[in-house]
Amino acid sequence: MNVSELIDITQGQLLTKKSCLDPDREIKGGCSADLMSDVLAYIQPDAVLMTGLINPQVVRTAQMADVAAIVFVRGKMPPDETIKLAEESEIPLISSPFGMYELSGRLHQTGLPSLENAIED
Amino acid sequence: MRDLDFSDEPPRFKGKVITDQLAGSITRVEELAYIIRIEEVMTKTLITISPDAPMSDVVELLREKRISGVPVVENDELAGLISTEDLIKCLINGELNSPVRKYMTTDLVFLNSFDYLTEAMKTFARTGLGRLPVLDENKKLVGIITKGDITYGFLKALEHDYHEEEVRRYRASHLFEDIESDRTSLILRYVINHYDFMHGGAASSNIKKALLRLGAHPQLARRIGIAVYEAEMNLIIHADHGGSIHVEIEPHQISIYAWDDGPGIEDVKEAMKPGYSTATEEIRELGFGAGMGLFNISRCVDEMKLESEIGKGTQLSMKVYLKDDESVGEGYQSEKE
Repeated sequence: MNVSELIDITQGQLLTKKSCLDPDREIKGGCSADLMSDVLAYIQPDAVLMTGLINPQVVRTAQMADVAAIVFVRGKMPPDETIKLAEESEIPLISSPFGMYELSGRLHQTGLPSLENAIED
Repeated sequence: MRDLDFSDEPPRFKGKVITDQLAGSITRVEELAYIIRIEEVMTKTLITISPDAPMSDVVELLREKRISGVPVVENDELAGLISTEDLIKCLINGELNSPVRKYMTTDLVFLNSFDYLTEAMKTFARTGLGRLPVLDENKKLVGIITKGDITYGFLKALEHDYHEEEVRRYRASHLFEDIESDRTSLILRYVINHYDFMHGGAASSNIKKALLRLGAHPQLARRIGIAVYEAEMNLIIHADHGGSIHVEIEPHQISIYAWDDGPGIEDVKEAMKPGYSTATEEIRELGFGAGMGLFNISRCVDEMKLESEIGKGTQLSMKVYLKDDESVGEGYQSEKE
C-alpha cells in the first residue's frame, strides 16, 4: 500500500506538504497505539502508525522507529510544530475522521497486516 | 573528465582504469541525463535572423558571433535554420543578395524545453546534427542546445552534487580508515534540558542520522535511535536539571552514556521492570511514562548498566557491539533501504 491508497481508505486529509511525500514508499503494515514507548517497543519498520497523540514526540518516535506514515484518529489536528517536524523528516501526516478501532479494522480488512511485534534481538 | 558519449554503443570503459570514483561518476552522469531538463542547460540568449534578411547578413552574423548556425524566426515562430553548409551552397551560386528564406533548412528537428537531457542526447546521436533549436510547450523558440551545452551541464551538476554529497558521504563512511592510533573513536555530545518536550528527541534523531552517514546498517541505527530516544526522554521527564548524552563511536562498538545530577532512582531493580513508572498524569498524557523505557533500552542494546543514587543522580551506560561486516566508518557502507 502507498500513501495515496492509505489516504483513500482512511478517508483522510493529508496535513504535510505534497512535496514531502514519496509516492513509492511502501507501507507494509499497521500499528495502533497512544503510548510512545509501546510504539518504540513493538512496531516494525515501514508501518503506518495510528494514534490519538498529536504532539511532536509522535514524529520523533516515528523517526526512530522508521514509521512510513502517521494517521491521527477521530479527526484530530496536530499543532504546527508537529507538522513542521514531520515535513523535515519526510513523514506524511494524515488526519482521519474514524476512531482508532474502526480505522484499524478498515485497514486490516484491505489485507494490511499488523506490524506490532517484539523487537528483533 | 572523460569525453561524454553520445552514440548508442558506448565504448566508454575501453582502455580505462575504472576507479571507484570514476565508476561513481559514470552512473551519476547517466542518472543526471534523466534528471536535468533541456531548459536548464540550453543557451537562452538567442541570436536569430529574419527570413527576409539577405544571405550577406548571415555571413556577418556567423563571423561576428563565431557560431556555425542560426535559427530563422518569423512572427515569433521558428521558420527554419541556416547553417554554414547552407551558406556554402549560396556562395557557390553567388547569390549573397537573395533572402535567407531561399537557403534555410525547413525540415526541422527540434527539442522540447521540458524534456530531459537523455532526449537531446538521443536526438544528437540519431541525426548527427551539431545544434538543435529548443521549443517550449507553446512551440515558441526559447533556446538552442549543443553537445557542448550538455557536457557543461553535466559537469556543473557533477561538480555540485557529486562533490558535495557523494564525497561527503564517502568520507564519512571511511572516516576511521586513514587515521592511525591504538584506538580511534568519535564522540558526539548533547545537552538535554529538563521538560524541553519541544526539542525532545532531537539528539536521538541527530545520532541516528550520524550513524547512517557513517555507514551503519539501518537496523543498527534504528536500535540505537530507539535506545537513545528513551534515555533522552527520561532525562527530559525526570532529571531535575536535565542531563547529558555522549555517544562514543568506534568501528566495532558504540557506547552511549546518559547522566544527570538528580533526583536519582530509589530502586533500580524495580525501575527496570516493564510497566513500573513514577511519571505524572501530565507526562502520561504526552504518551510517555508507560514504564517501558528502560525495558525497551535493555532490549535494543547488547549491554546496559544503570547506576543511581538518591540526591546524586543517575548514570546509564549502553553498549552495542558491531560485527565485522557492520562496522561503521571503515567503508562497509550498508545499502540504503
